[in-house]
Amino acid sequence: MERKEWPLWEVFVRSKNGLDHKHCGSVHAPDARLALQVARDVYTRRQEGVSIWVVRASDIVASDPDAKPELFDPAEDKIYRHPTFYTLPDEVNHM
Amino acid sequence: MTQQNIATPEHIEYVLRMGDNALILGQRLSEWCGHAPVLEEDMALANTALDLIGQARLLLTHAGKLEGQGRDEDQLAFLRVERDYRNVTLTELPNEDFGRTVVRNFLFAAFQVLLYQRLATSSDAELAAIAAKSLKEARYHLSHAGEWVIRLGDGTELSHARAQAALDYLWPYTAEFFAANPADDAVAAAGIGPAWASLEPEWEALVVPVLNEATLTVPARTPFRTYGKFGRHSEHMGHLLATMQYMQRTYPGAQW
Repeated sequence: MERKEWPLWEVFVRSKNGLDHKHCGSVHAPDARLALQVARDVYTRRQEGVSIWVVRASDIVASDPDAKPELFDPAEDKIYRHPTFYTLPDEVNHM
Repeated sequence: MTQQNIATPEHIEYVLRMGDNALILGQRLSEWCGHAPVLEEDMALANTALDLIGQARLLLTHAGKLEGQGRDEDQLAFLRVERDYRNVTLTELPNEDFGRTVVRNFLFAAFQVLLYQRLATSSDAELAAIAAKSLKEARYHLSHAGEWVIRLGDGTELSHARAQAALDYLWPYTAEFFAANPADDAVAAAGIGPAWASLEPEWEALVVPVLNEATLTVPARTPFRTYGKFGRHSEHMGHLLATMQYMQRTYPGAQW
């Protein structure tokens, strides 16, 4: 019999209402429904979540690690892009 | 607590039977820990086993209180003799392969879901509360096992053959759920819980569509009967109990 590997699914869990789903790991599962179930069993057994997304790992388009220099290094010396150069009026708290 | 004074032997037996079902299947499923086909399913089976053992703890604690002899969950779980266990024979059968394991979980969870639903209105408030909590767990077990039954049954030639063999083997044991039982009639009359026999049509309506979707053939009913809930168990029960009770009998009252 042919032995096929199940596809890999990336698992995103939202820990509370109002927060974002965060990537927390991956599971192998034959299809989306079972991927959700096993993600529930593997990643939310200690009350970690209120919602789960699973995404087929092969459907994620990722940036090329070798392209890191041209993608991310140019931002290094552009600190003026951080909004830290404005003087805030005293009345504005908690910015 | 007044309940303690009014609990009938039938009431105690009814709760004990539910507790023993959960305990013994939980013990069986825990044998999968570290042995399942994939990590993900290893976790799923262990979670199911732990859910069942959690239910058993609540139910046996409650049975002990109803009984009023001072026996706690541990004494009931680990220090009875085989004839005193009231679980249906289905729960004590060896796991065999993954196919038989999930088919059993499916058939059993469907029964538990219906029973726990009906117990929501039990005149025994503690039992109603345990049932409400356990119903959520049982629903997930049913859903998860059901997904697997469909995938194995409607899967490859080999998985179909194994799932069908599992169903053929297990189906006759499910008759015991619904066998008439005088204790049930008394319990039903007191509004504590349904007579298990009355759940059969709903149970079939729940399991048969899934089995059909799984392209499995539902076996015909036969005269085969088992009597685990009357304390007459299969040859597998003694081995299971030896494993389960060993620690408590060797080191009575041991604490972690």
